[in-house]
Amino acid sequence: MAKIWVYGETAPDSTGFKTTLEILTRARALGGDVSAVALGPGSTEAAKAFGEHGAATVYASDDAVYGEYIAGPAAHALTTLISEHTPDIILFPMTYDARDVAARVSAKTNSTVLSNAVDVLDEQTGQTAIFGGAQIVKVALEGTGPKLVLIRPKSFEAEPSGGTANVVPVNIEIPDAAKGAKRTQKHEVEATGPNLEEASVIVSGGRGLQQPENFKLLEELAALIPNSAVGATRAVVDAGWVPYAMQIGQTGKTVKPKVYIAVGISGATQHIVGMKSSDRIIAINKDAEAPIFQLADLGVVGDALKVVPKLTEEVKARKG
Amino acid sequence: MNICVCVKQIPDPNNPYELSNGRLRRDVAQNVLDPGDEFGVEAALQLVEAQGGEVTVVSMGPDKAMDAIRRALSMGAHKGVLVTDDALAGADALVTARVLAAAIKHAGFDLVIAGVESTDGYTGTVPGTVAELLGVPQATFAKHLEVKDGTLHVQRQTEKGYDDVECPLPAVVTVTAGVNEPRYPTFKGIMQAKSKPVETLKLSDLGLSADDAKATQTIAEVTPAPPRGAGEKFEDDGSGAAKVADFLKEAKVI
Repeated sequence: MAKIWVYGETAPDSTGFKTTLEILTRARALGGDVSAVALGPGSTEAAKAFGEHGAATVYASDDAVYGEYIAGPAAHALTTLISEHTPDIILFPMTYDARDVAARVSAKTNSTVLSNAVDVLDEQTGQTAIFGGAQIVKVALEGTGPKLVLIRPKSFEAEPSGGTANVVPVNIEIPDAAKGAKRTQKHEVEATGPNLEEASVIVSGGRGLQQPENFKLLEELAALIPNSAVGATRAVVDAGWVPYAMQIGQTGKTVKPKVYIAVGISGATQHIVGMKSSDRIIAINKDAEAPIFQLADLGVVGDALKVVPKLTEEVKARKG
Repeated sequence: MNICVCVKQIPDPNNPYELSNGRLRRDVAQNVLDPGDEFGVEAALQLVEAQGGEVTVVSMGPDKAMDAIRRALSMGAHKGVLVTDDALAGADALVTARVLAAAIKHAGFDLVIAGVESTDGYTGTVPGTVAELLGVPQATFAKHLEVKDGTLHVQRQTEKGYDDVECPLPAVVTVTAGVNEPRYPTFKGIMQAKSKPVETLKLSDLGLSADDAKATQTIAEVTPAPPRGAGEKFEDDGSGAAKVADFLKEAKVI
């Protein structure tokens, strides 16, 4: 039976934690011997949820060192566990931290690493999507070390199995050489309103809004729609119009709302991978040839700055 | 301070891509220096302008990847290393990292700068694997960086904001788009780039074997994703907003 491991992220409100539960659900369905690895503060607590989602064993350590230094300690510990237990494949959530860990482990164990996977079919086959999801690529994973696969958030639904994991404490000495890049302080922006990942409707803006001030048109519309949030493309985040927390796409959040309203968004691959699984997509864009229209259930070829204020009025009217 | 910047030549992301056997056709495409790498080059130039030292651009690719190196040189980088070898066709992330790490070691470095991920493959693991192979720490997703008293200080992007990160040198740092405003090459810069030194190396020049260049993943199959049902698209004649509102009502979200 294949030994399938899942590298878990443990902060309960993080995308990484939710993605871990999704991946465990998938790993369970593959029918192997499923274990999880949880490193850093909160791991013993997270191990319960990992067990409920399919991990028979969780190798866990609450040691603060794993949170304090980037990648080094976790890569060292994971490599030690790999040499003891020889898993066939290790699935990681595609997050900042897990990606860094997988990258280092790849060098340590000579393992092939597949990024941006949307599925794993067995212990030597991963699946990715390219061109914003237009093509599905099946990738055969080879070589001697355990196969490392980074899986995008929301690739599967998380479903508890009701199981309980056997928690095996990890006590691995971390050498000083693995303690390099140190976190000295965290800065968190206080979020307001429903977060993008939970919202039922997302109103999202891109370059077509022309000026940062025009984002308030989207906020006015969103204010009328229950459980909605405002998102943005990388282009406007990079330009400093709105904070990074609003970014949807490859290097931002992955969302799956009931309705996604893309305003002045052309539909670059970078953006599409983060929103293409939305139930319904509405696009408003001046350029009739914009790739976003290929995804849209409803496409309005028109000036966003004219259509959106009118839409706000129309929504108001329908709410009575 | 000597800085190596990893760069990649990619098909222009503003043009549609073509595939052959599941791989990007790099032969037909208009190729450019990955726009994400320009932030890395700019970050390196700012550091050496403030503190002295040299910027070496390091790349792996076919002969014509030289154009991407020249572009970085025309921005102001001092020299280049291009590793090009037929055995590298189809290289995966691990192979790429092995080659870049060997080339960086060959060039010498206090700091390695790379983009967070390439704009064609979005793999994003190469810099971390390079760091491990070089035996140095990695400070990733930097939206701000500076070097003070031989220590690298980074603001590392996180899901909810950013972390302050301190890292001893030598190290690998990856920079996000938006970390700076990359300069345009000047005419003088373009002329000077033509005579700046670029080493072209084969695997054997770096002590690497054909085994080191063997990819451990292969494309088994490429299939079109199930298409989304064709939607309705129309020119706005003033009634667009009403149609969208009807759509929202029908979707029961208002």
